[in-house]
Amino acid sequence: MLHYLEQAAIEKAATKALVVRNVSRRAFLGTVAAGFSLAAFPKDALAFAKYEVGGSSMPNGLVFNPMIFVSIDPDGRVTIVAHRSEMGTGVRTSLPMVLADEMGADWDRVNIVQAEGDEPKYGNQDTDGSRSMRHHIQSMRQMGASVRYMLGVAAMQHFGVIEPTVEAAAAFYGPPENRLEIEGVTVGVHEVRNDATGETVGFGDLAEIAMKLPVPDFDHLTFKDESEFRYIGKGDIQSVDLHDITTGKAIYGADVDLPGMKIAVIARPPAVGAPLVSVDATAAEAIPGVERVVELPITVMPAKFAPLGGVAVIAAHTDAAIRGRDVLKLDWGTGPHSQYNSAEFMTEMRKTANAPGIVLRKEGDPEMAFANAAKVFGREYTQAHMAHAPMEPPVAIADVKDGKAEIWAPVQSPYGTRQDVAAALDLPIEDVVVHVTLLGGGFGRKSKCDFVLEAAVLSREIGAPVRVQWTREDDIRHSFYHTTSAERIAVALDDQDRVTGWRHNSVAPSIMSTFAEDSGHQFFIENGMGHVDMPFEIANVSIENGKAMAHTRIGWYRAVSNVPRAWAIQSFVAELADELGRDQKDLLIELIGSDRELDPPSQGFPDDFWNYGEGYAEYPISTARLKNVTELAAEKAGWGAQLPEGSGLGIAVHRSFVTYVAAVARVDIVDGLVTVPEMHIAVDCGFVANPERVRSQMEGAAVMGMTLALNSGITHENGAVQQSNFYDYDLVRANNFPRVVHTHIVNHPFSVHAAGVGEPGVPPIAPAIANAIFNATGNRLRDLPIGTTV
Amino acid sequence: MVQLLINGEHRNIDASGDTTLLWALRDLAGLKGTKYGCGVGVCGACTIHVDGVAQVSCLLTVSDAEGKAITTIEGLSEDGNHPVQVAWRDINVPQCGFCQAGQIMKAASLIEEKPDISDQEILDGMSGNLCRCGCYQRIVSAVRTAATGS
Repeated sequence: MLHYLEQAAIEKAATKALVVRNVSRRAFLGTVAAGFSLAAFPKDALAFAKYEVGGSSMPNGLVFNPMIFVSIDPDGRVTIVAHRSEMGTGVRTSLPMVLADEMGADWDRVNIVQAEGDEPKYGNQDTDGSRSMRHHIQSMRQMGASVRYMLGVAAMQHFGVIEPTVEAAAAFYGPPENRLEIEGVTVGVHEVRNDATGETVGFGDLAEIAMKLPVPDFDHLTFKDESEFRYIGKGDIQSVDLHDITTGKAIYGADVDLPGMKIAVIARPPAVGAPLVSVDATAAEAIPGVERVVELPITVMPAKFAPLGGVAVIAAHTDAAIRGRDVLKLDWGTGPHSQYNSAEFMTEMRKTANAPGIVLRKEGDPEMAFANAAKVFGREYTQAHMAHAPMEPPVAIADVKDGKAEIWAPVQSPYGTRQDVAAALDLPIEDVVVHVTLLGGGFGRKSKCDFVLEAAVLSREIGAPVRVQWTREDDIRHSFYHTTSAERIAVALDDQDRVTGWRHNSVAPSIMSTFAEDSGHQFFIENGMGHVDMPFEIANVSIENGKAMAHTRIGWYRAVSNVPRAWAIQSFVAELADELGRDQKDLLIELIGSDRELDPPSQGFPDDFWNYGEGYAEYPISTARLKNVTELAAEKAGWGAQLPEGSGLGIAVHRSFVTYVAAVARVDIVDGLVTVPEMHIAVDCGFVANPERVRSQMEGAAVMGMTLALNSGITHENGAVQQSNFYDYDLVRANNFPRVVHTHIVNHPFSVHAAGVGEPGVPPIAPAIANAIFNATGNRLRDLPIGTTV
Repeated sequence: MVQLLINGEHRNIDASGDTTLLWALRDLAGLKGTKYGCGVGVCGACTIHVDGVAQVSCLLTVSDAEGKAITTIEGLSEDGNHPVQVAWRDINVPQCGFCQAGQIMKAASLIEEKPDISDQEILDGMSGNLCRCGCYQRIVSAVRTAATGS
C-alpha cells in the first residue's frame, strides 16, 4: 500500500501546534513589526493530525498539488477544480468548499470547473463507495493550506518584508531548521494584511507571485482550527448548480449538442447473450428521419462493461430513432441465460441458504452452540433484483474522428470510462477525452460505461458525432442489476433465552460475475458489507456464503450488499424480540453488547476482510457508536410510546461505508396502504463538512429505502426482465413518501475521521419500515419488495 | 415546417406534425431544460405549460401544440425568479436536479390554478412527478412556501 505521507510527518502534525509563530531568528529581517497577529491561529490547537485513507491505494491515488486544483486570476477570481462526479450528493460544491475555506478564499469569488477524466493528473475520480469526502477532505485542506502558505510568502514579498527574489522566497522552504516562517502578515478572507501597517493586498494581486512559488510540504503548513472555519461544518453554502438547475440551464448528459450529431437508440437482446437470429429493418428505415440501422455484436458474460450488443437505429433526431427502434422486427435466439426464471431461482437460493455454506467467519464453536441449544430460532429473508432507475436514463455523446475520441457523458468513473473507450476503439489513452456532465442520478448505474462504449463504437462506425439515448424501457430491462438474495439467519438460545450462537448464510449472485468467470460465490468486498462484520456480542458465530450463479449482469446499487444484509439482520432481531417477548430496541442494544471495537483477527474475520478499503485503525467498528445512533434515533422518535391500532414504530441500525446509521420509522396503515408519516434517522459519519447535504442524503435515502421496501423488484422470465417503465417498476411518489424525515447528526471534531453519506442511509430503512408494519399489524414480511399494501 | 409559440417567441420547427413535442423542443428547438424521463407520461420530467397549464410533453405532438402558448422552464420567468424557483433555491430542494424542471413547472401551474392550495392537494398534485433522489419533503415545503409567499 502506498503511503502518501511519511510516518514522521504524521507524528509532527500530531504534536506540533500548527500556528504562525514569531521565531526569533526572523529578527534579522528587520522589517518585521513586533505586534503581528497570532489571533487567527491559536497556539495550542491541534488542528490537523493527518491519517491514512483508502484513497491512497485507489488507482492513481490522491493528489495534493494545488497547482492542479487551484488557480487565481489577477482580478481575484479563484477557480477550483471539482474532480469527482456530481450526481446529487453535492460533492461538486462540498469538496471545493473545503479547499476554499482552508485557503481563505471568499466563496462568492470562487468558480468551479469540472475536471475531465484524467486520474494521473487529478488522482482517483471513481465517484462511488461513499468515499469522496472520506478520501479527499484531507487533500482539499492540504491544498488550501498550501495556497495560503504561498500567498503568505508572496505577501511578504509584496509588502517588502523580504526581498522580491527567488532566493528570498526559497528561504521559506526546506527542512525546519533552515526554514524561515511566515510572519508579519496575516492571511484573511481573500486578502493578506501587513500586520505592521494594516495595509492589505487581495489574492488577485498576489496571484502572479504566489502561483510561481514552490508548493510547500505538509510540514510547512498551518491549518485552521475548527473554530475558524467559515464554510466547513456550517451547511450554509448552496450547491453551485442550484441556480442553473432551477432555471433549466444545467447541462446533463443529453444536453450537449454537436454539429451534425446523430441520435442512436438500440434494441438489445432480451436475455443477456441471446443471439440475434434475424433483423428486418424495413419499417424502421421507412420512418422519416431514420438514416441507418447498424448491428452491434452480442456479448456474453463476463464482459465487464462491454455493450450488450443488438441493433442500433440511427436518426436525425431522438423521436425518429425511438420510433424506428420500436418497429424493428427482431428474432432473438436462445442464449446462455434464457432459462433464467426468478421464481425458480429464488426457490433454489432458499434451499441453498438452508444448507451449510462456505464458512467465511467462525468465532467460538457454533456447531456446539447449536447442538446444545435449548431452542433454535431461524428465519429467511429475500430480496428481488433492483434497477437503479436514475431519472436520467443512460446517455452518452461520442465524436470519434481522425483517430481521436471525444466523449461527453454523465459518468461516475470518468477515467475508467476513458480507459474503456480507448480499449474499445484501440486508441492510445492520450487520444481520448472524457468530459463529465452533471449526472441525473447515478446510484452505481453510471459507474458502468457500457452506454458510452456504444456511442463511441457507433460514432466511429458512421463517421459522425452520435448520442446514444437509452429509453426508460432500456434502462429497466438492461441494467447492471442489484443482486437478488436469500439470507438465512438462525440463533441458538440457551434455557434462559440468551443468544449463544449465530449462523447467517447469505446467498446471492456476485458482482464478480460481471468481471470474471463466475464462481457462484460472493467476493471479499461483498462479504465485508454487513456480513462478516456482524457486530453482535455473541460467543459462537458462523458467517457463511452459499453458491448462486449469475444469470444477468450484476452491478452495484446504492449501498450494495448492505441492503439485503441489513434487511435480514435487522428484521431478524425484531422477530427474535417478538419471539422472546422483548422490546426490539432493548434486544438490539443487548445484542450489540458492551462498548468495544471489534477485533477482526481474534473474532475469526477472514484475512481478506474488507473495511470499505480503509485501514482498521483509522475506521474501526465501534459498538459504542452503533448503540449511540440507535439510542439517539429511538429517543427522538419517542420509542416505547403507545400507538393506536394500525400504527407502529420500527427500528433498525447498520454500519456501512464506515458510517453508522439508525432509523426509526413510524408506519400508519391507512385503508390497507402503508404510509410513513415520520422517520427519525441518526447518523454518525465522523467529522461533517457539509451538514446540509448530509441531511439531504438521509432524506433521499429514506425515500429510496421506502421504494425498495415497497415497490421496486426486477424479475426475469426466460432471461428477460418483466418490468419496463415506471408503471410496473414504480417509485415512491409525492402522495406517499416518508412525510417528515428528521435527521440527527452526531457531531464530532476533525479527529474523528470523516466518513461518507451517499449510501449508508439506505440499508436500515427497509427493515425499520417492515418492523413498524409488524408492530402496526402483526404481519411479518420477509421478502423485498413487500408491496405497498398489507 | 411547423410554427410554434414557445416562451413568447414564434419558432419555425422543422418537424412533421406527429413528432413528439418533447423531442421537438429538445432536439429541434434546442431547449434542453425539459427532460426525458419515461416517455409514457408517468414521471413528469418533461412537464411544460400549454396555455398556462402543466402537461407532460412526451404525450403531446407538435400538432397538439400548434396555436397554443408553450412555456418551458427556460421561459417560466425572465430572470429565473419565479416564486417557485426562488422557493426551490431557498429550501435547497434539488439533489441531482434532473427532474427539477418538471417539478417546478408542475408546481408553478398548481399554485397558479389554486393559490390557496391545501397540503393534501400539493401531495396529490405533485405525485405525477418522480424524484429518484427523494427530494419530496423539500419539494412539498417549497410548493407551500411559493404558494403562501412565506
